Amino acid sequence: MNARYHVIHETIYDYATPVVQSRQLLHLAPRDCAWQTCRSHRLEIAPVPALQQARSDAFGNPVMQFAIETPHRRLAVRAESVIEVRSRAALAGTPSPPWEAVRAALAYGARPVRLEGARYLFESPYVRAKHEFAAWAAPCFPPGRPLLAGAQALMQRIHREFEFDAGATTVATPVLQVLADKRGVCQDFAHLMLSCLRSLGLAARYVSGYLLTQPPPGQPRLIGADASHAWVAVYCPEAGGGGRWVDFDPTNDVLPDTQHVTLAWGRDFGDVSPLRGVILGGGEHALEVAVTVTPWDNA
Amino acid sequence: MPRSLLTTYPGNSGRFDEMLAADGELRPAWRSFCAHLDAATPEQMRHRLDYVRRRILENGVTYNVYADPKGADRPWALDPLPLILAPDEWRELSAAIAQRARLLNALLGDLYGAQTLLRDGTLPPALVYGHNGYLWPCRGIRPPGDIWLHLYAADLARSPDGRWWVIADRTQAPSGAGYALENRLIVSRVFAEQFRDLRVQHLASFFAALQDSLARWAPQDEAAGKEAPLVVLLTPGRYNETYFEHAYLARYLGFPLVEGSDLTVRGDRVYLKTLTGLRRVHAILRRLDDDYCDPLELRADSALGVPGLLQAVRAGQVLVANALGSGLLESAALPGFLPGACRQLLGEELRLPSVATWWCGEPAALDFTLANLERLVIKGAFPSQRFEPVFGNALDGAARAVLVARLRARPQAYVAQELVAYSQAPAWSAAREPALVPRGVGLRVYVAATPDGYAVMPGGLTRVSAEADARIISMQRGGSSKDTWVRSDAAVDTFSLLKHSIGKADLVRSGRKLSSRVVENLYWFGRYAERCDGTARLLRAGLARLVDADAEPALRSVFELCRALRRVPEKKAEGAAEGTAEGTAEGTAEGTAEGTAEGTAEEGGPAPAPERNPTNSPAGARPATAAGAASPAAASSPVPPVPRARIEALLLAAVYGAAEAGHPSVGLGGDIRRLLWSGAQVREHFSLDNWHALKRLQLRLERYAEAAPTTEVADALAFLDRELLASSSLAGFALDNMTRDDGWRFLMIGRRIERLCFLADAVGQFLRLASTRAAGGVEWLLELTDSIVTYRARYMAQPELLPALDLIVFDDGNPHAVTFQMLILLRYLGSLSGEGGSFAEGARSGEHREPTELPRNEALAALLARLQAFDLARFEGLDFGVCRDCGPCFELAALLGEIAAAAGALSDRLAMCYFTHVEDAGQQTLLA
Repeated sequence: MNARYHVIHETIYDYATPVVQSRQLLHLAPRDCAWQTCRSHRLEIAPVPALQQARSDAFGNPVMQFAIETPHRRLAVRAESVIEVRSRAALAGTPSPPWEAVRAALAYGARPVRLEGARYLFESPYVRAKHEFAAWAAPCFPPGRPLLAGAQALMQRIHREFEFDAGATTVATPVLQVLADKRGVCQDFAHLMLSCLRSLGLAARYVSGYLLTQPPPGQPRLIGADASHAWVAVYCPEAGGGGRWVDFDPTNDVLPDTQHVTLAWGRDFGDVSPLRGVILGGGEHALEVAVTVTPWDNA
Repeated sequence: MPRSLLTTYPGNSGRFDEMLAADGELRPAWRSFCAHLDAATPEQMRHRLDYVRRRILENGVTYNVYADPKGADRPWALDPLPLILAPDEWRELSAAIAQRARLLNALLGDLYGAQTLLRDGTLPPALVYGHNGYLWPCRGIRPPGDIWLHLYAADLARSPDGRWWVIADRTQAPSGAGYALENRLIVSRVFAEQFRDLRVQHLASFFAALQDSLARWAPQDEAAGKEAPLVVLLTPGRYNETYFEHAYLARYLGFPLVEGSDLTVRGDRVYLKTLTGLRRVHAILRRLDDDYCDPLELRADSALGVPGLLQAVRAGQVLVANALGSGLLESAALPGFLPGACRQLLGEELRLPSVATWWCGEPAALDFTLANLERLVIKGAFPSQRFEPVFGNALDGAARAVLVARLRARPQAYVAQELVAYSQAPAWSAAREPALVPRGVGLRVYVAATPDGYAVMPGGLTRVSAEADARIISMQRGGSSKDTWVRSDAAVDTFSLLKHSIGKADLVRSGRKLSSRVVENLYWFGRYAERCDGTARLLRAGLARLVDADAEPALRSVFELCRALRRVPEKKAEGAAEGTAEGTAEGTAEGTAEGTAEGTAEEGGPAPAPERNPTNSPAGARPATAAGAASPAAASSPVPPVPRARIEALLLAAVYGAAEAGHPSVGLGGDIRRLLWSGAQVREHFSLDNWHALKRLQLRLERYAEAAPTTEVADALAFLDRELLASSSLAGFALDNMTRDDGWRFLMIGRRIERLCFLADAVGQFLRLASTRAAGGVEWLLELTDSIVTYRARYMAQPELLPALDLIVFDDGNPHAVTFQMLILLRYLGSLSGEGGSFAEGARSGEHREPTELPRNEALAALLARLQAFDLARFEGLDFGVCRDCGPCFELAALLGEIAAAAGALSDRLAMCYFTHVEDAGQQTLLA
């Protein structure tokens, strides 16, 4: 079953003193892939940038860089997209090889060389490969268990044992700390699951996107209450050199399907943060982010 | 065959000896040099060693060691004896090095591009995707001419069989070429005849090739056409361990030395912020590490880089050398895969082998490593690991087990290397004379990209181990260095960069390239230089009166003036005990009842601050103008006399400038340190002689400070005499040896503002203080203002107040008079008109900037008019010895107070108008 969504992602910075120069990097345009097509995308930036350049990053995500060179007290970025999402339940449903076989297929010397997976096999700034993670994840990966079954068990364990707590962590909280404290937000759970998988020698990537929050029965959808979301995708090699990526959402313990809208993917949050920038001036600042995901028919 | 020196030199030690062949005979390339050495007298050698030591100190050749408790600057260590290489040997070696540069360049092209070596399995993905030096945002960028490496260096060692091996590759910002150059300049003078007779190849052509290649591959301005591209050298700053070299190379190559905050990206181009606006930068030779270069796309926490630089590179609007991301190849794991990569990429066999290396990420290599641990050294595979090399043969059972466990847990993070056997070469021992001692040596060679392929520097930096049998050679661990003499069998190319031929179009007259940071530092340099002068005169006037018992009243009044101008250290407790009404030295200018507008008084602030201070003053410290002292209460407050011994102690302490706990360093020593700090920021703008004068000043201060606890008045006076001499030679350099650009103008404005403040404050205070009425008062005032000789020549009589005031306040021909400073200042300010302005304006209009509001001189001009209208006749018939709070003295003092305040305000306005960047507001990286 296909779905269409209307996504509005608004970011507003209010600065205490004028910002005289600002340069920002945006990952706000949803990427196209086998199960998703971006039908329209519009970006509004205020004040109007002196320069605006769109390109693709090294992971194939659309990225926009802009620069503002006039003094301003407020920066507002509004991205509006219409996205069509198709079901990909079949990707997760097909049997997978034992996880040790996947590890062997990704090790150096194995043929064919699986570069697509190798990119997401090692440590990255927010993801660590350490024996603590391998040890914690080991019960989910007993000998011979198929890769995807192991990944699902890992996802379930994280969901079961970790508490969602928006106040517990920041962007800078190390993933080892998250493992110790057993609490965090979707980003932390994604980084934790990636650390476990990569510590075992498996390839997995960080996916940033949106989630259509189901309202409780009888209540209206909370506009603006939704936020950007994050989950992971695991690389499952196929005979002959190809491979498929299967998504897992440890925050909700679900296999993402048509209720997840993909924005971008990379090694971790740092590669795909929706908005990243350097400003000169500004002093203290207040940040407001609002994401609205509505079925397109309702919009 | 000379044998006397060699009799004590241990020959065959199982290593390769650079000087002696296996049979104990001298190698042919060394024969003539050794004969010369043997014929030299001990005196000659001592002179040579002295020369080397002096040159290094005077040229300020340093190597900063971060963790060195002795402070940042450690003198560079240079052994006078060169390492000599024969022509045929060099030919082979340099061809092999050039091939390696070609290979590494091609490898970067592949890894940031098509990645064929990863696809076909030649290279393990872990060495690329697992290396945090692989900059993902650089993927797909192709640098101009496909040159990733413009300057590459390889560390070489020679095994007992005489073969050279590569032990490390330096691919992102290789250091040491400047030190090699400096070593050459010194050693080629020490052994001038030998240098010529042995036909040693010169280094200049190599650096010229580097210059040319940067200029050639830099993007061109469509419009300008003929204008030479602007190439800058980007440094992380003076706390980097090789900062000396950055400044040295920048001057030698003629590139402005810039820090990240000097550059800005507007649109997708890079600009240098200069006094006269933004100037486009076409190429950047960087000494900043890869990931620090752009906080927007690379390390977000870098404050050293230039936001947007990567986008400018991507757009092809600036050349960055070496290309961003080239640090990827600085991996201990890579060498084992280079032979295969060489066949794949170049279709050639690798000519120069690396030290045998096994990457433990391969199961077979791990097995081999574990089985042969005692003859291997284990290193981290990636430079970011901070893993100290472990020598297998030095491990006991437990440590060995720990290491084995680490290797098994994360084999891909480690490499095993064969132990490196360095060759040995003779070094001159200062301890035993005459004596040659064997020392382990390694050679760092440099390669530059040129349009005709890679060119190898004929020579290089020879690094010398601290002990005879070192396993590691490191400058950080106390090693030394040597010049490297590559002999030629043909005529030597004597091309010199110092005689570069320049066409008419290349002529540069103005200092348009001056960055605001540089100008600001020159300004403060001028102020500190002048302040040192004033402080020294003041202290000398006091100390000279200490030795003369009759001069007691004069001593007390000089001392009071010192305190009023805050040139002596004082403790809070004392100030309180003495119960003075005026602010103590620690107090900022407290508003007095009169509330005169001397708002600029500030504490001196800490001497050389380790961080760049975001406020206007580059050194984080400005000369304090002695405004608080203007309080009229000072004249009448009943002050119990300070004991004579205390005066002596305080004056002596003020010379040395000791910072008392919790207080900024007050006094001459503090002023000199701040002067040296500002000077160090802009050293590339001083002539070598000027720099030497500064270094000597520093050495003298250090020596004086060391002896400070036992210093006597006579020592202090001698020090002050020499300081004043140094000070006048600095002034001479500034007048006679610096180009009249805006940098010079600001230096001179700094000097004049400081001298104006000093004169106005000192004379004003003099007129207010009661104690100055004592005999001999006018005489020391003239001394203080360096006008006593002029006075005596004019009046041939005991100094009197009226003619003295005429000379030091009103005489516009006396360079130590108040009116003279004001006239000159107004002239300099006038010549700045039409140029200066704030960068916020320049920012928007690109290359051009509309002149904005200039610092207004009307206030100063009005004060000058009032001063000139002051009727000196009012002092006629006045008996200065007995007058108290008389009208003329008080009025003139008040006017001088206003002038000092106006000078301070002018300084602030200059800073806002010319130096302040928008960056003062701070830079931050944000994620959302």
